[in-house]
Amino acid sequence: MRRRHKLRSILIFLGVLHAAVLLAAFLAPYHFAEQHRDFPFAPPTRLHWIDPAGRLHLRPFVYRIRQDLTTASYKEDPSQFYPLEFFQQGRLFGVPQPGVIFLLGSDGYGRDVFSRVLYGGQVSLFTGLAAAFLSLSLGLVFGLTAGYYSGWPDQILMRSGELFLALPWLYLLLAVRAFLPLHIDTVQAFLLLAGIIGTVGWVRPARLIRGVVLSARERGFVLAARGFGASDGYLIRRHILPLTFSVAVTQATLLIPQYILAEVTLSFLGLGVGEPVPSWGNMLADARQYHTLVSHAWMLAPGLATVPILLGYLLAADTLLEETVN
Amino acid sequence: MKYAAQRLVHAVFLLLGVSVLSFLFADLAPGDFFSELRLDPRVSADTVAGLRAQYGLDRPLPVRYAAWLGSVAQGNFGYSLAYRGPVGPLLRQRMRGTLLLTATATCVAWLLAVPLGIWNATQRGTWRDGFFKFVLGLLLSIPDLLLAIVFLVLAVQSGWFPAGGMQSLDLSSLSPVERLRDVVWHMALPVAVLVIGMLPILVRHVRASMVEAMNAPFALSARAHGIPRLRLLFRHLLPAALNPLISLFGFSLGTLLSASLLIEVIMGWPGLGPLFLDAIMARDFALVLGVVMMSTIFLVAGNLAADLLLYRMDPRIRVR
Repeated sequence: MRRRHKLRSILIFLGVLHAAVLLAAFLAPYHFAEQHRDFPFAPPTRLHWIDPAGRLHLRPFVYRIRQDLTTASYKEDPSQFYPLEFFQQGRLFGVPQPGVIFLLGSDGYGRDVFSRVLYGGQVSLFTGLAAAFLSLSLGLVFGLTAGYYSGWPDQILMRSGELFLALPWLYLLLAVRAFLPLHIDTVQAFLLLAGIIGTVGWVRPARLIRGVVLSARERGFVLAARGFGASDGYLIRRHILPLTFSVAVTQATLLIPQYILAEVTLSFLGLGVGEPVPSWGNMLADARQYHTLVSHAWMLAPGLATVPILLGYLLAADTLLEETVN
Repeated sequence: MKYAAQRLVHAVFLLLGVSVLSFLFADLAPGDFFSELRLDPRVSADTVAGLRAQYGLDRPLPVRYAAWLGSVAQGNFGYSLAYRGPVGPLLRQRMRGTLLLTATATCVAWLLAVPLGIWNATQRGTWRDGFFKFVLGLLLSIPDLLLAIVFLVLAVQSGWFPAGGMQSLDLSSLSPVERLRDVVWHMALPVAVLVIGMLPILVRHVRASMVEAMNAPFALSARAHGIPRLRLLFRHLLPAALNPLISLFGFSLGTLLSASLLIEVIMGWPGLGPLFLDAIMARDFALVLGVVMMSTIFLVAGNLAADLLLYRMDPRIRVR
């Protein structure tokens, strides 16, 4: 029972994170490509509640920021302030025009890092999810075929699976990517990434599912159903497929974070989704010049954003595994 | 012996399969090394065709594959168009860098993981175990990518460690001892990132298999006989828990060439990683294939070594 509670709170945690990313267009104060050329590398904007006169404002406000052109550092100008506005122009919050709000600072083009992290999560998370879905579907189909029919289909599938397993994962991923055109548009890149990552990873789920099917095939109720003249399709659909679900779900919690990281890595190396569309990987690539990072630490935000997501999936996988062990 | 031979033949077939697959795949891919050249208006289509003929890219697939196999037999692994030379020497030179890095990291990680995992297993059920588990989980969910970048920034800011590379520029002026210290100094950060990346998984496995051994009836009876704790742990329980660890060790041997790709790229370590990435960007197929084959050979060899080791250590497998 305790485990059930634990699992539920982990799922809620993950759900909130995914919802935040999904609702980026509402939660983010700016569009991901909106540039504020006057504010390159602005530090995170501070929210204030108390004005210089010492009065408390219930609605937080931000001061105008000015860049000192000689030192490139930013200063707040207390003479002008902009209160936060909520639910304006279909966004959760924002500040009226000449004021700007960068909760996590801005990048070299003056784009809001907070907004870009949210939008970037859409690409990174959903590549991971789509790829995991693809991997599991392939794994299910191949695993069921191999396990149920055994004989030569089993031999062929498992032998060719070994070829995939023999290759180091990241190398395989990069090599497959190497043989495809380098420069492609965003939607294509997104589909391609999910496709590559998903296809490359079918073997592990397929092997596990094959194992489950092999034992399920000999279970009493399956043999009984077969004795009553059930067709192969019916047996697989009605009796065997449901038995593979727990393995499939556990595999999903293991594969999704791995694939999110794969997307981040590929985009980081410049082989995935490209500018101006943000993904956590290509945003981190901006942060790679360490002279940028030394003075603009907030550029690491997309990297830090991966940590709670990965932790959530990891805990979920752990809890699920415990459940199956006991 | 028969078992070893069988496994070896299997491994060779596996490698052949991988190379055939790569060749087929590369053939399906659009573009080659000279595609960029075709975009250049100063270069005529005939020149490009001539170049392709010169390097044998226009020959049919089986012929190219046979030529490549011949080249592998000579240790050349084909001809790199970007580096204008055989791939083999290039690989060997870069492999040294990678192996230096990963071998050190693997050793350190295992040396840390075994005692930590055993200690962890003895603490099962206490708050220390829970706390440690949480820390490991946290470490596991920090991507290597992020860790490498953060370490690099800290190195630059503190000035304690060099920011990338393998050697200082004024290397020739140093004595051998200083030279060694220089390399170690450069290695510290990438090795640290790699160790942190490997450690959580290793500790988890050590802990899991130790816990299993501790739950076995023989452990209880050994304890009832009054065997001292440390002796019990290291002399009786560890060997019993070793089986899955040997497989894992084989796997970590196998990943020696591939584990550090990303870290090398970020930290500017002169290993296979940057070479591989450059080869991809330049569409230098022979080089891509060379790196892939090399790391595949390592992976297969690592698994093979683990299986043979298991065969030696565990009589239960020999019976089958």
